[in-house]
Amino acid sequence: MVVLSDKEAALSDRKKIWMLEKLIEIRKFEEKAILLYRAGKIWGYLHPCIGQEAIPVGACCAIKKGDYIISNHRGHGHCIAAGADIRKMMAELFGKSTGYCGGRGGSMHIIDMEHGILGQNGIVGGGIPLSVGAGLSCKMDKKGSVTLCFFGDGASNNGVFHEALNMSALFKLPVIYICENNMYAISMSSKDSVACVDIGKRSCAYGIPGHIIDGSNPIEVYGAVSEAMELARGGGGPSLIEAKTYRFYGHHTNDPAEYRSSKEVEYYKSTKDPVVNFKRKLLEEKIITAGGIQEIENKLDRKIEEAVTFAMDSPEPELDEFLKEIKE
Amino acid sequence: MREIEYREAIKEAIIEEMDSDRRVFLIGEEIGVYGGSFKVYRGLLDRYGPERVINTPIAENTIAGAAIGAALTGYRPVAEIMAIDFTTLAMDQIVNHAAKIHFLSGGNVNVPLVIRTQGGVGKGVAAQHSQSLEAWFYHVPGLKVVMPSTPYDAKGLLKTAIRDDGPVIFIEHKKLYSVKGGVPEEEYTIPFGKAEVKREGNDITIFAYSNMIIKSLEAAEELSRHGISCEIVDPRTLVPLDINLLVDSVKKTGRLIVVSEACSRGSVASDISARVTERAFEYLKAPVKIVAGLNTPIPYNSTLERASIPQVNDIIEAAKKIL
Repeated sequence: MVVLSDKEAALSDRKKIWMLEKLIEIRKFEEKAILLYRAGKIWGYLHPCIGQEAIPVGACCAIKKGDYIISNHRGHGHCIAAGADIRKMMAELFGKSTGYCGGRGGSMHIIDMEHGILGQNGIVGGGIPLSVGAGLSCKMDKKGSVTLCFFGDGASNNGVFHEALNMSALFKLPVIYICENNMYAISMSSKDSVACVDIGKRSCAYGIPGHIIDGSNPIEVYGAVSEAMELARGGGGPSLIEAKTYRFYGHHTNDPAEYRSSKEVEYYKSTKDPVVNFKRKLLEEKIITAGGIQEIENKLDRKIEEAVTFAMDSPEPELDEFLKEIKE
Repeated sequence: MREIEYREAIKEAIIEEMDSDRRVFLIGEEIGVYGGSFKVYRGLLDRYGPERVINTPIAENTIAGAAIGAALTGYRPVAEIMAIDFTTLAMDQIVNHAAKIHFLSGGNVNVPLVIRTQGGVGKGVAAQHSQSLEAWFYHVPGLKVVMPSTPYDAKGLLKTAIRDDGPVIFIEHKKLYSVKGGVPEEEYTIPFGKAEVKREGNDITIFAYSNMIIKSLEAAEELSRHGISCEIVDPRTLVPLDINLLVDSVKKTGRLIVVSEACSRGSVASDISARVTERAFEYLKAPVKIVAGLNTPIPYNSTLERASIPQVNDIIEAAKKIL
């Protein structure tokens, strides 16, 4: 059982302000991306994690250099929280040569080895098997590194969830499985897709610790992840964390999410907004002032604008270069 | 030159590469004490220990994914999928991940991974253990496909595969494991994309790979007694493919038989036929002849099994028809 107050006590004010900044950065990045999408500047699929930001932020607050991140289709937050450069992310959304994938991947495929981000993923559950290999590397490297594997409630019903958790538990791999249960797999409610109430309880099947937490609270996420980290770094094997959360938008930018009642959406927006709640918390704790928050907002607005300018000014990928890469 | 079995040649390649590179490790089902289902890895657990010979539960998609994850993070795994029929369970990781990650990273990230597997007909193991699925991998951009026909090729190509930045699908043939052939003591590698003429000739080019090389060589020997001279081209790697050597041979002989154990529909053989026809149509004295497996699941009964794939006589008959 994670004692939250102990975990929170270990967090400096600076760390909490870092959390707030990252929460706002993810929110602003995606709000901007949605506007750009609607303006026809970017295309394809774009899956916002707005409403879920506390999970990547809380989790990445516990990582160290050398740790690995495995992300999914709803992965901008994981990348930003792990330290990815939002200029290169935005450029990738624009399909430009300066993007993380040189315009080959787009929103769902950002991979940034410098920050240990082994890739977002367009296949639901597709990243879960990779965690076993990254976990094996961490174990063989003997440097105390850990792999964080993010996925959703939908992926938890895929066969690889069982394969990978069983194998990781069997080999005592330093992997932390973080299920972001936002209650919907596209339109399918987890009530209709998950046979048990709590995905976190599936940990029992593998003999590993399971945590079921409020994914709107970055401190709570940090607490569970840091506890799982301690276990993993000490050779104690994997953990499963189910972070209950809610996405404020549809599955992607073209999904109006009519399968959810407005009452439900309003409930989560008004009570579980991680950005709003964390601002209030830090104000109440006098860790930051309203002016201080405004400064952060202004700074991040500029940063996002710079990223958009960088992306728009960047060259398109060279067609010749692309054709040259094709061997036969 | 000493002669060793195909399985020994593979094992030697593994040992040499594991001894020279700490990053190489093995992962797969039944590869520990059991030594692999065709005993290729016998003794390797004792030699390298469980950290480098990782014996897994039956979970093909996660074996492939684990190998990819390790390849992304600094290792050079050799994953074994016990039978090519079971790669179907790992297709998401092979097709959507292994084959895509280098591309999706804008060329920044490599996946130095070998997936060893075996396929083919000839042991009475029926429809779910006898398939030749190389066309599936051949079709997917981003994968390299290796199909050695001799112990010499198997060793040299596997060493290259392990050193390659991958991903490589290394397909062995279950009938070849006990076949002996010359393999030098000294170290060597065989580059990808270099076909080999397994027999020189002037009248007909026979393109074949894996176990069909053995049948083609027998057919060529028989045909030579009738004054028909066949040139046998073994691509050794289907991707990358040494199309130039094949086209040059066809330009010389003016005739091509493509032999394939895999069933003909949507096969590598039909693609080869199309590609050669495009490049050397004016040199062809007869239509390209495809001698391939029938479009059927492989039956258990030995007579029916034999009838399902090309036999030596089928190649001989095809040769007589196009002359």
